[in-house]
Amino acid sequence: MSAPLTSLDRPNSYIGRSVPRPNAKRLLAGRGRYVSDLKLPRMLYAAFLRSPHAHAKIVAINSERVRAVEGVHLVATGADLAKICTPWTGTLDHFKGMTSAPQWPLPLDRVVWAGQAVVAVVAESRAIAEDALELIEVDYADLPAVVDIDSARQAGAALVNPDSANNTCFRSQLDSGAVDEAFAHAAHVVEEEFCFGRHTAVTLEPRAIVADYDPSAGMLTVHHGTQTPYQFQDLYSRHYNIPEARVRVITTDIGGSFGMKLHVYHEDMAVVGLSILLGRPVKYVADRMESFVSDIHARDHRVRARMALDAKGGILAMDVEDLTAIGAFSTYPRTSVVEGNQVIRLIGAPYRFKNYRATLEVIFQNKVQTSQYRAVGHPIACAVTERLVDMAAAKLGLDPFAIRAQNVIADDAYPQTSPTGYRFEALSHQACLKRLHEMMDYPTLRAEQADLRKRGIHRGIGIATFVEITNPSPAFYGVGGARISSQDGAILSLTPSGEVRCMISVTEQGQGTEAIISQIVADQLGIAQEHVKVVTGDTEVTPHGGATWACRGAGIGGETALQATRALKRNILEIAALILQEQPAALDIVDGEVVDAATRKPRLPIAEIARIAYFRSDTLPPGTQAQLTVSHHFAPQGYPFAFTNGIQGCALEVDVETGLIKLLKHFIVEDCGRVINPMLVDEQLRGGIVQGLGAALFEECRYSETGQLVNGSLADYLVPMSVEMPDIVIAHVETPTADTVLGAKGVGEAGTAAASACVLNAVNDALAPFGATINSIPITPAKVLKALKRF
Amino acid sequence: MSGFDQTLLDEADETVRVRLIVNGRKVTCEVAPRDTLVDCLRDKLELTGTHAGCEMGACGACLVQIDGRAVHSCLVFAVQADGATIDTIEGLSESGVIADLQAEFHRRNALQCGFCTPGMLVNAQELLSRVTQPNREEIRDALSGNYCRCTGYETIVDAIDAVAKARSKGGGAA
Repeated sequence: MSAPLTSLDRPNSYIGRSVPRPNAKRLLAGRGRYVSDLKLPRMLYAAFLRSPHAHAKIVAINSERVRAVEGVHLVATGADLAKICTPWTGTLDHFKGMTSAPQWPLPLDRVVWAGQAVVAVVAESRAIAEDALELIEVDYADLPAVVDIDSARQAGAALVNPDSANNTCFRSQLDSGAVDEAFAHAAHVVEEEFCFGRHTAVTLEPRAIVADYDPSAGMLTVHHGTQTPYQFQDLYSRHYNIPEARVRVITTDIGGSFGMKLHVYHEDMAVVGLSILLGRPVKYVADRMESFVSDIHARDHRVRARMALDAKGGILAMDVEDLTAIGAFSTYPRTSVVEGNQVIRLIGAPYRFKNYRATLEVIFQNKVQTSQYRAVGHPIACAVTERLVDMAAAKLGLDPFAIRAQNVIADDAYPQTSPTGYRFEALSHQACLKRLHEMMDYPTLRAEQADLRKRGIHRGIGIATFVEITNPSPAFYGVGGARISSQDGAILSLTPSGEVRCMISVTEQGQGTEAIISQIVADQLGIAQEHVKVVTGDTEVTPHGGATWACRGAGIGGETALQATRALKRNILEIAALILQEQPAALDIVDGEVVDAATRKPRLPIAEIARIAYFRSDTLPPGTQAQLTVSHHFAPQGYPFAFTNGIQGCALEVDVETGLIKLLKHFIVEDCGRVINPMLVDEQLRGGIVQGLGAALFEECRYSETGQLVNGSLADYLVPMSVEMPDIVIAHVETPTADTVLGAKGVGEAGTAAASACVLNAVNDALAPFGATINSIPITPAKVLKALKRF
Repeated sequence: MSGFDQTLLDEADETVRVRLIVNGRKVTCEVAPRDTLVDCLRDKLELTGTHAGCEMGACGACLVQIDGRAVHSCLVFAVQADGATIDTIEGLSESGVIADLQAEFHRRNALQCGFCTPGMLVNAQELLSRVTQPNREEIRDALSGNYCRCTGYETIVDAIDAVAKARSKGGGAA
């Protein structure tokens, strides 16, 4: 007996199908083309002398000895580059009252974190450039460094920016409903202070850039390992005063990004300037030590939060205070306050309560900048909310599943607006909770836990619901004045041999953008996927668009491809109808053939239409102009964001003698709307979860009292490796967005959003018999032992 | 100018001729004594499939086979490799010796950005040459020197597991 036919059984149905990525074979054969591999004729190499001080005045720079060195072509300081590059400021208009000091490629008179690039040397090899750095003498006069978040806020504190009154970058407040009244009448209140350490992206390929300015053409070409080529085209054009059409940014393969590579870095801006000064290609690849001190860091929040509940465990209100320290500048052009903003707006998001108050304070300090990294703000909002819910459950004697089932917004109650102003189109918390409960075999896990406890084995079970922000509209950056597009564009051609080429503005970082775009195009046009070639990542070729960030590639880029393909199909069928003397509506395309729409009888290969249109247009009726290339743009409308949701669960074991935590198994039920390629969606979830698990247990950028990063190498900074990571069980609920035809939302950050919260809850569950609690991430063995009063 | 500077630069200028068999072909390279093998492979021989991720032997992106064994090419000076037989991802791909691993990685999408992948494949091949039927724990343990930020490792473990089973079924192919 054959299985019933599904939509996947019709020819060329690729949406919803797990197919391997066509472009992955190159990478498997070692034929990736990363910017760090690139070598251009007459290319020179840049290296940077970095500040050893967290805060100091630059008294003098003596580079006389370097200029005579054979092989050195240029030594440049902040003053040299400031002559050709205008400064930038990392603020956005919709963050009212936000401040940040102007930034130049290299500092003019003061260094503000240890590791900041101060002087650039360009030479014929990286080794010569690094040798030359040793001959440069910089006289610094130490200034008091602002390292600790509390001392930064004290009256009379040392100032990161001497011209400002204090170290505050931004403050924000939300107040909705009657919070004080709700707390006054609450049957139960739970309260905690949480700490979230700094961590960083640690992409395996460090940041890499080759800038190639050709003075004869007035043309700047930048090969840049980034997610957002159009954003950088715009920035290089404006800050170096080169017409936009004469700036080309190319992003080829990129060895990981995760949000880290879409910010402006001082070295990258400097490299563009160095190439302009020299009229030659200049390459810079950060080494691992440089990455740790110059890539953006993330998190670094301290959150005090309380939750009011009624006698039965219904959540009544939350009151939250988030303090975050962001480094010496707000990052450009997306700022460093988006994370805090998302923390206070996402807290409590899965739950049905109306009284909410939050304050956010963003503080400057003498450390490298923090900014957007995978799941911006989500892990913090999720951990704070979910830990408080568990604390409330314990207080009321409720099971963690029961208290959540009681409080989540019902699946049939949408649309809803959160007390923080987020508008939810349709979420599926109840379905996800139910599915997770089954998938974990929760009663068995609990029974096993109780059993093992008797034998001195301390297992913990944790769950965490989450809401994720995806498919951002202009409400995200556009309204704040940033030239960061929320729309995407595609140019789609039927080639002379009847294949399709799709040039699209969303970019590939290995998540499978090119694969899913080719699936959508093949599916919507009616051809085999291998006949679709997707081109991404070149501002001279692909139309302007937002590219890839904030989980927008599938939802917005995918819809762009879908609509463009439908337009191309209409055009193809118009020509087919002329040739076949039919009405276009009576025709369809299946497997590269024009067919009768009703009978599916093949009439004409689309390759034949292409041949006629390109080479024998004389045989078409007079006046016919075949349009076998279409360009199409799509900007999200309707809801400002497509929120997704899900729930994660984990089981782990705490060794109470050593404080070590062993992750046993991890679970996720996730709802990203329409799933285009289940295998790739699962990969996003797994990879995201493991980044969240790294944050939960291992990853922290540790600083000394003088502001020195003390663990800035891959031997000292712990990242999750295969042996510590558990297998991950995945299930999906599909609630497509009605804002697009495709119905896809984002999925790249869902794993990271709740993994650390889940572990936090599970560790606390394991420690519950000891009356020990942990509310700080990462959960190191030392913290576990301290909580157990054994250290 | 001080004499020290001149010495420093003179030393940097000195090169040594090393002879290697790389991917089955005899090559000679002029390298500085301080050049690492990974730099020699990538810069001099343009074998850019071998990657430098940490330059301290922690991440595994630079693994190549030296005389048939997986070695961190960032921890070996090029001059130390004089006379050695070296196989990189390019050679291992062309010879077909890891074709089953590559196909299984592809089928299961056991890679995203691909930067760790050549090192992963070299290490997987090393594991399977020593242990014919490793269990999942042994695979996870063997991969513990290969950092992957994208995948979460599970599909990599799945792919190696599947190839191990297929190879032992086929009488230890490749």
